[in-house]
Amino acid sequence: MTFFQILEKNGWYFFTTLLSGWPATLTVASGALVFALIFGLVIALMRISTWRLLRWPATAYLEFFRGTPALVQLFVIYFGFPDWGFQPSPLQAAIIGLGMNGAAYISEIYRAGIESIHRGQMEAALSLGMTPIKAMQHIILPQAIRTMLPPMTNFSIVLLKDTAIVFSIGVLEVMALARQLVTETLTSAPIYLMAGAMYLCVTIPMARLAARLERQRQAWQ
Amino acid sequence: MSKAGDGAAAGQPLLRIEDLQKKFGDLEVLCGVSLNVARGEKVSIIGPSGSGKTTLLRCINYLEKPSAGHIYIDGTLIGEKKSGDRFIYLTDRELARERQEIGFVFQRFNLFPHLTALGNVTVAPMRVLNLSREAAEARGRDMLQKVGLSHKADEYPERLSGGQQQRVAIARVLAMQPKLMLFDEATSALDPELIGEVLRVMRQLAEEGATMVIVTHEIQFASEVSDRVIFMDQGRIVEQGLSREVLFKPKEARTREFLKHIQDR
Repeated sequence: MTFFQILEKNGWYFFTTLLSGWPATLTVASGALVFALIFGLVIALMRISTWRLLRWPATAYLEFFRGTPALVQLFVIYFGFPDWGFQPSPLQAAIIGLGMNGAAYISEIYRAGIESIHRGQMEAALSLGMTPIKAMQHIILPQAIRTMLPPMTNFSIVLLKDTAIVFSIGVLEVMALARQLVTETLTSAPIYLMAGAMYLCVTIPMARLAARLERQRQAWQ
Repeated sequence: MSKAGDGAAAGQPLLRIEDLQKKFGDLEVLCGVSLNVARGEKVSIIGPSGSGKTTLLRCINYLEKPSAGHIYIDGTLIGEKKSGDRFIYLTDRELARERQEIGFVFQRFNLFPHLTALGNVTVAPMRVLNLSREAAEARGRDMLQKVGLSHKADEYPERLSGGQQQRVAIARVLAMQPKLMLFDEATSALDPELIGEVLRVMRQLAEEGATMVIVTHEIQFASEVSDRVIFMDQGRIVEQGLSREVLFKPKEARTREFLKHIQDR
């Protein structure tokens, strides 16, 4: 059978099967993103702290999670955590693993955003009687967010694509279902291409959004 | 643990600086500056670039931590507290509370670009003094009116001229009702035609009895507004006295040289 004959015969089946994996893919991506956004901010604030006691663990965290493969981190969480008394479900492990990995990258986006704000802004806020935390909350972060939004959107695209590796710990997301279909039908190219096309349908609009935010940021500056 | 000097007696200086020193690495920027400023007094600090004027001002509200020496406002130790015989630094929260008493006007305005003029003036009363939005806005509009900018309340800083931005910055400080106002070369970043409007506001504040320490290169303004002028060089107070004496009959050769240089400019 040719490529097109396969698609004609099984295309709808492939499509609906792969589509059923999207809730898991989006759950992992959005869960990991929320985790990374919150934890990444904590890491970033620790990294820019004047206290070494905060700065050093944050730097070690960053080096570890950026310097080791995300797959290794996932395996440590899914297969290693039970040794320490916590057995996460595949979905939990995927969200924690990609979230912790993402926090390392997102913390650098936060840090760059915060450091892009002129020092005088923090000084003005402090001189008015704000604590550093209030100054960060009301003065620095609202300004830095504009600088952060384009790289954050790009990071979200990368994170969405990275969810494809969580099939390795048994999450039934798009790639896991694609592999099941390949085993079931002994056909690979049409299935993987269709899965890839589905990712593109989500990532292209996100990339457009990132480009638009970047243009707005440049105009603002 | 106690705040040294709490419950100060009346008649003492509002600002008292004792043997203030500041080093950046090996560079000694302030070499033991002592200074008193009375309540309602206007003191201008003049001197060449690098003489330590700005560092002195920044040390007063602890934007720079002094290497040695102590600062008191109304008898209250600033940035530190006494524990037995030792001085220890305040926490961020304690320091923030003390800074409410000290207004600082920056050379480059440092307005918050994501807030309107009114937002700039109300943010600290709301977030620091916990005033309601209505109360903060009422106070903010009063302060903007005082600096002649009530019609610009809803404009963002990028749409204001340099002089207007600096006036908003002054209104922002006034909204906190500080005991002491510090001006760090408030007109240096302005085009010459915009300097007058800022000086007018500062002069008005002086006439209303505000206590002001002004780092400036505007000799004419210093002579008109200040009760006292201090000339600094190389981290030391070289000469101080009544403004007309220091500016027009300086005793020290270094002061004369500096003033001549300014006049020839």
